[in-house]
Amino acid sequence: MLDRFRFVPLRLLQSIPVIFGVTVVVFFMVHLLPGNPALAILGQTATPARVASLSHQLGLDKPLWDQYLLFLGHLVQGNLGTSITYQRPVSELVLQAVPITMSLLLFALVLALVISVPLAAVAASAPGRARDLAVRAFTLVGQGMPQFWVGIMLILLLAVKAKAFPVGGYGESALEHWYYLFLPALTLAIAMCPTIIRSLRASTINVLGSDYVGTARSKGAAGVALFRLHVVRNAAIPTVSIIGVNLGYLVGGSLVIERVFAVPGLGSLMINAIFARDFPTIQAVALVVALFVIVVGILTDVVYTAIDPRVDLGSRELA
Amino acid sequence: MSVEGGSAPLSVQDLTIGLRRPGGRSVAIVEDVSFDVDPGQRLGIVGESGSGKSLTLRAVAGLLPRGVEVLSGRVEFGGRDLLTMPAKDRRALMGPEIAMIFQEPMTALNPVMRVGDQIAEGPRRHLGLSAKEARELAVSMMARTGIPDPARRAKAYPHELSGGLRQRIMIAMAVSCGPRLLLCDEPTTALDVTVQLQVLKLLEKLCDDTGASLVFVTHDLAVVNQTCSELAVMYAGHIVEAGGVKDTFRQPRHPYTRALLESAPDFDHPERELIPIPGFAPNVADRPSGCPFAPRCGYVRDHCTEAVPPLEEVIPGRLAACFESDRLVEVLA
Ligand SMILES: Nc1ncnc2c1ncn2[C@@H]1O[C@H](COP(=O)(O)OP(=O)(O)OP(=O)(O)O)[C@@H](O)[C@H]1O
Ligand SMILES: [Mg+2]
Repeated sequence: MLDRFRFVPLRLLQSIPVIFGVTVVVFFMVHLLPGNPALAILGQTATPARVASLSHQLGLDKPLWDQYLLFLGHLVQGNLGTSITYQRPVSELVLQAVPITMSLLLFALVLALVISVPLAAVAASAPGRARDLAVRAFTLVGQGMPQFWVGIMLILLLAVKAKAFPVGGYGESALEHWYYLFLPALTLAIAMCPTIIRSLRASTINVLGSDYVGTARSKGAAGVALFRLHVVRNAAIPTVSIIGVNLGYLVGGSLVIERVFAVPGLGSLMINAIFARDFPTIQAVALVVALFVIVVGILTDVVYTAIDPRVDLGSRELA
Repeated sequence: MSVEGGSAPLSVQDLTIGLRRPGGRSVAIVEDVSFDVDPGQRLGIVGESGSGKSLTLRAVAGLLPRGVEVLSGRVEFGGRDLLTMPAKDRRALMGPEIAMIFQEPMTALNPVMRVGDQIAEGPRRHLGLSAKEARELAVSMMARTGIPDPARRAKAYPHELSGGLRQRIMIAMAVSCGPRLLLCDEPTTALDVTVQLQVLKLLEKLCDDTGASLVFVTHDLAVVNQTCSELAVMYAGHIVEAGGVKDTFRQPRHPYTRALLESAPDFDHPERELIPIPGFAPNVADRPSGCPFAPRCGYVRDHCTEAVPPLEEVIPGRLAACFESDRLVEVLA
């Protein structure tokens, strides 16, 4: 049984060169950004002499290659550098922001599943009928709406008008955190739902027409028991990888959505850092996001292996 | 197969199955099929691909594919019409009274559920057993179907077992609640010949032990000859001949049955030449007027294409739907 999970350590090893590649891309992309951070910090009125001296202080006058080696050297020691804007270790800033963004993503995923699973089941139980058409129309509309627009509409409707939720921010206590994260999470969930619903609907229809569901019916299974024992897990199999891929995109979306809802997560950190040309912080956030995508990829395969006993990724990779 | 109903556990009367089209017009795929199965009796249904064997069986089990419906007729089990009883009552019969075994053991088992649990599911639901009792019953059922090391195999997933073992799992599942009627849709077609024989013997033994009736769909005449006592031959959605297996094989009274026998290899007389049936079975949508077999029939006369020959008793214990039935005997003699 556990044998089938032997691909995990291998995959972790494989991700080391990937992460190395990511550092190269991140570092050089960031340094190709137009604008001098020293100027950004001092403002447009600063004298060239002061800009030059601050540049020297930040090590920005060294050759780019030297700067990269220095960055890499620090990274290996777990040192992400010091934020130019906040004059604090970047690792502190990132550690503060990561749990917020992760909670947001997790919340969004849960909401997306809570919305998608019943809708997909309803649609798949009567393909071509009114309720199926309604669900499909919903997915089309959902797909057509830009994420930030959905966010703004939710703010206008549920926060400004109905006053049911805060317009933005993160709140103080743990309970408040979830309350404040609801609208941004819902925004992200709405973006994810169409793909999940479409995939689940198709696979559920497939499973419902399968021979083994016929066998289950011949044993007298029906309704909830039939779904729970024979449909859910089988229909989830193709959807799991789709969700995995989508979580990657979702991080990108969450950066923007955090901004819309003023959630102090990685996205807000990143965007502020970009405007301030806060290179160490930009690099750190980009690395964390890359790491997240890699981990989600591995987790997806773990879930996939866990729900489908036929899957053995290790045998393919080791062969 | 008794011609009149009554005490039969299964009595199918004028069953018509087809597609209901929007606008009231419907297309019949299986038409006016009637047969009875008495307690302990074994009926084989044969016919070439597409003749409606599987649909007939699935209609009895209430497992018609989406879009296909029973258009008319009755399916009585123990005196109650399965087609009009509430869905819940009917489901309660599936397992303890009626069980079905499908053709493809590859796809008929849930790939993500342990086989032991799949066998235990029915007994848990219908016999009110605890999870542990049901699991024990599953293992003993597996032992009964000749699966070696059943306790370990119960924990296996279907893909870890061979085709023969999977079909034994299907059989163990079907008999786990002690049904009175076993419906088999080509249960051995996907297996290689040696395994086929073992599985057939097993089915026979289980039916002998429990006194269950059997309806066995196949296109393999040798299998019917070995397993069944009664025979129904289907062609283009109709039963064209019905009677005792041995009798019918010795002296078929419908040209299609005769053609089927001549086109199948006979291991007792390997020197006999095989004669393929010319042409193709008609499409259900444009069935010819008159006898559906007429275009391919060697005995055809003018009147055959004018009216559909009714299924009638031609000799005691034998039904055939052919105007020229008597001529078959003369020609044979
Ligand atoms: N889901 C369906 N929708 C429409 N037509 C169907 C459907 N299933 C079967 N049919 C039609 O019904 C006819 C009879 O099908 P059936 O499966 O009963 O044949 P069969 O005698 O079991 O053949 P085989 O030996 O190939 O299993 C076929 O011609 C097929 O085209
Ligand atoms: Mg069939």
